Amino acid sequence: MNTDINLKILIVKKPLKLDCGKTINNFPIAYETYGSLNEKKDNAILIFHALTGDQFVSGLNPITNKDGWWSYAVGPNKAIDTNKYFIICSNVIGGCLGSFGPSHKDPDTQKVFGINFPVITINDMVNAQNNLLDHFGIKKLFSVVGGSMGGMQVLQFISNFPDKAKTVIPIACTSNHSAQNIAFNELGRQAIAADSNWNEGNYNSIDTIPNKGLAVARMAAHITYLSKKGLQEKFGRKLQEREDLKFGFDADFQIESYLRYQGSVFVDRFDANSYLYITRAMDYFDLGKQFNGNLSDAFKKTKAKFFIISFTSDWLYPTQENKDIVIALNAIGADVGFAEIESDKGHDSFLLNVPDFLNALKNFLDKSYIEN
Amino acid sequence: MKNEFKVIADLIEKNKKVLDVGCADGTLMKFLKDNKNINIRGLEISKDKVQKCIAKGLTVIEGNAEKDLMQFPDKSFDYVVLSQTLQAFLNPELVINELLRVGKKAIVTIPNFGYWKIRVNLLTKGTMPITKTLPDEWYNTPNLHMCTIKDFVHFIKSRNFKIFKSLALNNENVSLINNANLGVKNLFAELGIFLIEK
Repeated sequence: MNTDINLKILIVKKPLKLDCGKTINNFPIAYETYGSLNEKKDNAILIFHALTGDQFVSGLNPITNKDGWWSYAVGPNKAIDTNKYFIICSNVIGGCLGSFGPSHKDPDTQKVFGINFPVITINDMVNAQNNLLDHFGIKKLFSVVGGSMGGMQVLQFISNFPDKAKTVIPIACTSNHSAQNIAFNELGRQAIAADSNWNEGNYNSIDTIPNKGLAVARMAAHITYLSKKGLQEKFGRKLQEREDLKFGFDADFQIESYLRYQGSVFVDRFDANSYLYITRAMDYFDLGKQFNGNLSDAFKKTKAKFFIISFTSDWLYPTQENKDIVIALNAIGADVGFAEIESDKGHDSFLLNVPDFLNALKNFLDKSYIEN
Repeated sequence: MKNEFKVIADLIEKNKKVLDVGCADGTLMKFLKDNKNINIRGLEISKDKVQKCIAKGLTVIEGNAEKDLMQFPDKSFDYVVLSQTLQAFLNPELVINELLRVGKKAIVTIPNFGYWKIRVNLLTKGTMPITKTLPDEWYNTPNLHMCTIKDFVHFIKSRNFKIFKSLALNNENVSLINNANLGVKNLFAELGIFLIEK
């Protein structure tokens, strides 16, 4: 990991009261922008990243030296066209790419926070990122877009700031984390905690990191991002660089090798404590609960135009959970469109080259922008 | 745009809120949006057609009328349009009830199985009729519940729903259907267009 990169940082001076009750101030938000803001400042799109994403949406990620996480969707002439729109994306608080998170030092004690960092929520993440609008002098975004946890932030954003976006695109997400979602996240957290290097979150002080636990967490989570059919077609029972089974516990199968690889590259770019904090924020997310169980009330104050997208093979945030958001919006007569995209690439479909999805996203944005 | 859509559009005043159930590629929706400033939504089951609507900049919800109309509140639209789809539902009665719950008024069009060519077709050939409006074979037709104009009128009356306007469409010709000419229209109209209310 290259840590000498100059990240764009906004220091938020305004105190932010977190859902846990604590207040933070003078905290950093690391962000990146693409394209340029027009004179009327009406072409800005705020993109929210998912659990393990970061601010580097497109182009080359200077930290990993790989393509940005949404390079298929964002760039010149792409679905989210950087020739037309000004894209802002920031690392969520609790994250590990420059925004205020558990690997930062507590200004009071000068010790790394670890698990003394306050527990944050999706609501806190969104409220923190709202400061970027003031920073750029943007009164109203053209769109807020995000998939997975990014979609949850989209929903929370428009609920908190009903007048601050013209269009709203939550993708492959949910209005509340299901028991299954929480279960998978807990599995990941327990894998990290079971690594003796984790040391109750104090691994920075002993200079060793819980690589093994974090890798297992990633491996388990990665399975939930794919579909059974996708896995079967890609790997089946194919063997990894061997003619036959070895009667041992090495990675005989390609799928084993693939998951081990996914785990190993992940630990190079992600902080284990951030993984705990962000998965916790997702588990706590229940937008309806914030409105006494009536999800529709979350959207009552907004006149924004919604476009909700799900994928047929996504079993992590299945179509029905996305449709529940559509139903809540229709109940109050909101302007809402919905499409379920055919794909066997599972939850990860939103990150991949799925032409029907990218076309729908582009058409919705570009047509809405003309009517703007 | 086909004549049927022009007739439907003429039934709808400007600036209304309309739901097009089974909106297909959005041709009627686009016309209503552009020409009558209609606040228009579509419900469509086909993924391909949903994509076409999005490409036209139309608000469309992918879904199945038999399940997904339920989510709309009572009288949340001024008009609900259902064009030549009623016969394809498992439970047309339920759909009609839903249309009249969701819309203050509903516009329903049906391919008329009483049309003389269909009758002649069945009478002379002895096989299931295939016509311009009913182009499929019996084994691959999506149509489960065919009816005639007369059947539909009887059904609406039997449920004590109001019929505001009944129109017969035959190629370019539009004519009013009334009690006196129902039998004749039932023989000579390809399509029936009805404006109804609960």
